Amino acid sequence: MNSIRIRLFLILLLATGVVWLSAFLWIQQSTRAEVERVLDARLAESGQMVSSLISDRRIDVARAATVVPEFEFAEDGPTAGYSHRLSCQIWSLDGVLVGKSGSAPAESLSGQDAGFSSNIVDGEEWRVYTVINEDLGVRVMVGDSHTVRDRLVRDVTTGLVLPALMVLPILAGLIWLSVQRGLLPLDRLANGLSRRSADDLNPVAVWTMPREIRPVGTALNGLFSRVGAVREREKAFTSFAAHELKTPLAGIKTQAQVAMMASDDATRTSALRRIQHGVDRTDRMVRQLLSLASVDGAEVGQKVDVNIVAIVRDVADDLTRLAAAKGVSLEISESGTIPIQSDPILLALALRNVIDNAIAVAPDGSKVEIKIEMFEARLQIRVMDRGPGIADCDRARITDRFFRGAGSNGDGSGLGLAIVETAVKRLGGQLEFTPRPDGGEVVSMVIPQL
Amino acid sequence: MRILIVEDDATLADGLSVGLRLSGFTPELVTTCADADEALAQGGFAAVVLDIMLPDGSGLDVLSRMRGKDDRTPILLLTALDQVRDRIAGLDLGADDYLGKPFDLDEVTARLRSIVRRAEGRAQADLQWNGLSVDPARMNGRHNDRDIEFSPREFAILRALLERPGAILSRSALEDRLYGWQDGVESNAVEVHIHKLRAKLGADFIQTIRGAGYKLAKDAS
Repeated sequence: MNSIRIRLFLILLLATGVVWLSAFLWIQQSTRAEVERVLDARLAESGQMVSSLISDRRIDVARAATVVPEFEFAEDGPTAGYSHRLSCQIWSLDGVLVGKSGSAPAESLSGQDAGFSSNIVDGEEWRVYTVINEDLGVRVMVGDSHTVRDRLVRDVTTGLVLPALMVLPILAGLIWLSVQRGLLPLDRLANGLSRRSADDLNPVAVWTMPREIRPVGTALNGLFSRVGAVREREKAFTSFAAHELKTPLAGIKTQAQVAMMASDDATRTSALRRIQHGVDRTDRMVRQLLSLASVDGAEVGQKVDVNIVAIVRDVADDLTRLAAAKGVSLEISESGTIPIQSDPILLALALRNVIDNAIAVAPDGSKVEIKIEMFEARLQIRVMDRGPGIADCDRARITDRFFRGAGSNGDGSGLGLAIVETAVKRLGGQLEFTPRPDGGEVVSMVIPQL
Repeated sequence: MRILIVEDDATLADGLSVGLRLSGFTPELVTTCADADEALAQGGFAAVVLDIMLPDGSGLDVLSRMRGKDDRTPILLLTALDQVRDRIAGLDLGADDYLGKPFDLDEVTARLRSIVRRAEGRAQADLQWNGLSVDPARMNGRHNDRDIEFSPREFAILRALLERPGAILSRSALEDRLYGWQDGVESNAVEVHIHKLRAKLGADFIQTIRGAGYKLAKDAS
């Protein structure tokens, strides 16, 4: 049952019910105790009176028991109608029934010598007070039936409970209304939020909220601002991406128009060649954008034993043709690697971009070295080229999206190292760039066990 | 008309450059803000085609530096960020016109002619002198009720002379108008094209001032 309203309602109803029930039980108990006390006192009084009457010999012992029914609980007022008849028996001390009142059973009311006792006689429960009159050698027993006492107590409590039961639905209704009213701020918040358009990331007014839901409001505003920031970043990324795609498209279109305008074959051929080049570049840009989108959104899902050497060899094999075209050789060396748990797809993506970059900047005929080492269960992969290195002014921004260093030829997407950085971050690793003392750059990736 | 193209994308820059040359302009190409500042400092451009996103900064900065120095060379902004906000920012900084990528080469040339014309204070698209009326968009003209076609280079020279009729333009000034910085200059190119123009417009239309250069003959009309 996942409704605060129903839960609150039931809790309140239950709590009220429990309070009512205990009050009822308490009243019942105290009423009973009071009734018992008063009636017991009467009982004792009657016993004493009968005993003293016969002692004074004002009445005959045998007749004495019939005096008792005159003491009736037949008073006016709320208990009117509870005609409370007492029964009296007078026994000789040797156990012969000397006399009894009309309503008294023939059997002995009590087996006890003196004082109060409760006994069952003829299937009826009796409360009995016994007095021993030593002078006359008789025992006087005065008793009343429990049935009457019970009815009295029951009627008193019923008189209390019945109106209460009738009030209970009204109380339930009031509780429901109060809960409804109490939850109004939540409803308002929910309505306000459900009416919002997807674009509306304005903060909700926390200061008008009750203190209890203020944390929710604050958390919501925090979420709104985070979502807003992500959205801003995405907007910036999209507009950058649009620029990066529209520019080569503009180039292709312009070259196509030049090809149509050109009257000489040389101009036309050159334009067509540039169109081809532009299409290749745009294709590469789209692929890199997709790669970036995939690493951006990627959960590091796959966690398998990774044989890093095999991955590096795979990536290097794929890039051999590119390297060979420039006369660049790829040299892979490894020492003491053991499989670690990581995501092979992200690793391969990062490696491909780093090695691809290294080949692109490597001078013709030079060597790109790839060193794979392990230290303290962490994997270090270093890719070293003999290129011009990263200019000092570009170092801070080299992994920015769409950033192309001063030395770039403008053909790259400006996304390669951004992809590497994102992928390495996803793998929990670190990416570092250090210049080689004798020229070139070292790109180092340290990948921990996932 | 010398046009400075500031664009870092090689394919697009080359396309613009070749396309503008084929349309009778004399384009010159730079790829960075720094180079643009330097080229503009030397001056002599009829208009600038300016990309916004450049490797070493924003074209808008180049624009505001120009306007800050009271350089009123007309500017056509090229950019992929064709949101209204960006357009307004560009125009407010003093750009004369705006084109979103990708664009039509024809539109670039039409807008260039339009902003140059506006900068020169002319409302009319045609250039007129001495019975000659030239349509810069089509690089053809009408002289004494006769239609004439010009080649891009002939047109570049004619246009230079028509911009300030009566002024004497030196051979090197005309060579400047004829070629971008990338082109090698053939030694007698100007003479060759002047000769061709005289064949089309009559020998007296362009006068040679010995030791100084060329100018258009006085308007007889």
